[in-house]
Amino acid sequence: MAEIELKNLTKHFGRVPALDGVSFDLKDGEFFVLLGPTGAGKTTTLRVIAGLEKQDGGSVLFNGQPADAMTPAERDVAFVFQQYSLYPTMSVYDNLAFPLRSPLRKTPEPDIKKRVEEAADKLRISHLLTRKTGHLSGGEMQRVSIGRAIVRSPQIFLMDEPLSNLDAKLREALRVELKHLQKTQNSTTLFVTHDQVEALTMADRIAVMREGRIVQTGAPQDIYDRPATTFVAQLVGTPRINLLEASIQEGTLRVPNSPLQVPLSDMDGRLPPSVLLGIRPEDVQPQSDGEFTGEVALIEPLGVETVLHIRVGGPTLVSIVPGMTDLKRGSSVRYGIARDRLHFFNPEGLRL
Amino acid sequence: MATIELHQVEKKFGSLHAVKPFDFTIHDGEFIVLLGPSGCGKTTTLRMIAGLETVTGGRILLNGADVTDKPARQRDIAMVFQFFALYPHMTVRENIAFPLQAQGEKRALIDQRVAEVVKLLNIDSLLQFRPGSLSGGDRQRVALARALVRRPAAFMMDEPLGALDAEFREAMRAEIKRLHLAQNATTVYVTHDQIEAMAMGDRIVVMSNAVVQQVGTPVEVYNNPSNLFVARFMGSPGMNLVTGRYANGAVNLPGGNQYRVPDKWKPALSKLSDEEVIVGFRPEAAVVPDGQHGQLIAQVYASDLHGAYSILHLAFDEQGQIIHARANRETLYPIGASIHFDLNSDMVRFFDPGTESALSLEVNHG
Repeated sequence: MAEIELKNLTKHFGRVPALDGVSFDLKDGEFFVLLGPTGAGKTTTLRVIAGLEKQDGGSVLFNGQPADAMTPAERDVAFVFQQYSLYPTMSVYDNLAFPLRSPLRKTPEPDIKKRVEEAADKLRISHLLTRKTGHLSGGEMQRVSIGRAIVRSPQIFLMDEPLSNLDAKLREALRVELKHLQKTQNSTTLFVTHDQVEALTMADRIAVMREGRIVQTGAPQDIYDRPATTFVAQLVGTPRINLLEASIQEGTLRVPNSPLQVPLSDMDGRLPPSVLLGIRPEDVQPQSDGEFTGEVALIEPLGVETVLHIRVGGPTLVSIVPGMTDLKRGSSVRYGIARDRLHFFNPEGLRL
Repeated sequence: MATIELHQVEKKFGSLHAVKPFDFTIHDGEFIVLLGPSGCGKTTTLRMIAGLETVTGGRILLNGADVTDKPARQRDIAMVFQFFALYPHMTVRENIAFPLQAQGEKRALIDQRVAEVVKLLNIDSLLQFRPGSLSGGDRQRVALARALVRRPAAFMMDEPLGALDAEFREAMRAEIKRLHLAQNATTVYVTHDQIEAMAMGDRIVVMSNAVVQQVGTPVEVYNNPSNLFVARFMGSPGMNLVTGRYANGAVNLPGGNQYRVPDKWKPALSKLSDEEVIVGFRPEAAVVPDGQHGQLIAQVYASDLHGAYSILHLAFDEQGQIIHARANRETLYPIGASIHFDLNSDMVRFFDPGTESALSLEVNHG
């Protein structure tokens, strides 16, 4: 497998900038996720790496060598798309064997058989090998698409929202399979998604993209715990992070239109007078001796946990607690805030 | 104000049942969620209540009066759809006022009602805009306002958040619920999203294959699913369901595991016609203290971070089914590692593999 490096990629479609200085590197064996909303430039980045799209500026390196002059075939990448591009009249076996039978590769049939059977086994589709793909369910078809990518040993796997078309339960199941597969094969994988759960759960590292730029790169834990901007903070985590305008006067954080006031430690002395305060829902916890008081405005029981909306004057804080709650809507509640887990951003949304 | 009663209501298309006959009463002011995968009959049920679809059997009563044969416009029910059916050439204000104008209401009353409803939905500042220039969330707020302004007896909502991005969906979910609490209008809400159903419903009607599987509060449906379908469908991931054999007070599970059955469940299990039984437990019912202690053992297949917590995916044996356990996020184990764990005995459920129904605890009244 390969190490891939992107250096300052730019790309315009007409006047519209699609990529605006994109740089990152994928280490050998890494599961790297590009996360961002529609139109962020994720798919364009993928297509430039594959050689399906030519960048205006910058360079793509495979194992340290510039790949910009190489054809897609020479780059030897395996693509998995959102839409399963299978041959409906062929059997699962023949679909899996197809890339190996390409004139470029001319793999001997016994080798093909071995590799197809291995791939089918890993993806738990061995029982489907003789079926026509037209008769498969969505989940099975996507397993075959992934199987067709893993029968060969490409430089890198490029996956463009491969789970988006599946229903929630199937998506969950395939997410786990893909992660297991990638970890046990140590394949270099670049995975594109707009789904923050997919990114957090699967990635070794995540690059968050917005409007053609990389906003932040880091391990899932870093992205979640130390978001670089309010955009990233709001993109990852369910329920979303609480974001409140706040001012700092004489070492105390005050939220306008609310009794919420938090004395700050000396450490926070460098903060400007006006900030955006971010608090993750799990860092707001009802407790009998809690420092703050609010009113329970709404209770959303989700089964495994319960979402509480706590009104603190004008604003509402969202809190998440394990299991069920005895609290009643309209009642007053005491709660604490995990002081060491507060996030501060400047009014432009950059982390302080 | 509306109480809605369904008596043996059914819908057939030819010989095919879209909804099999069932009885159900929706109380005044209740928020009822019809939940199920696509094709389960939930939207057809909603449309029969609204009068947009005829029934092929049974009766529908609105506040005690039989409305089965009345057209939609005589039922005083407002619909909210997934796709915001707004008039693009009208302003937000004109869109919201439209249903009242169509009823020939007086100008003063229209102005007053529109002012009330836009305040409730926080869209006062958008009145002069046309729908085309609004975000998806705001457009759905306008669609809601237009339904609310009529003050109908009941609301029917068909996946109203289905077309919104995840970020709007979460906020709108809370907003619709708040609106409901403020107005207390009887609401029937259709969704395929179990999280939405849990968060919003006073009661949930779980449907699959044209059949009502279970009716209950969110907590009842989540904690005590009536059958395998509901157990799997509710929760993310759904309930772990592992087949084993019951003998001598324990269930023999794959991988040589033995689960000692809590005493209270033994009478129910010993009555099974066959030894085979399905043990059900939610991911949060697995207790993984340190990976070293516990009566069950399994291998890590994958583990992943979900922000505030992590999920361990475990296999009892090679090629076996994957089970899921919720753990704190500091607990990350390498793939292939063997870990021990226990089950919280209050949260374990049992199912009959033949009938697929949950076994019930026999309550001792003695």
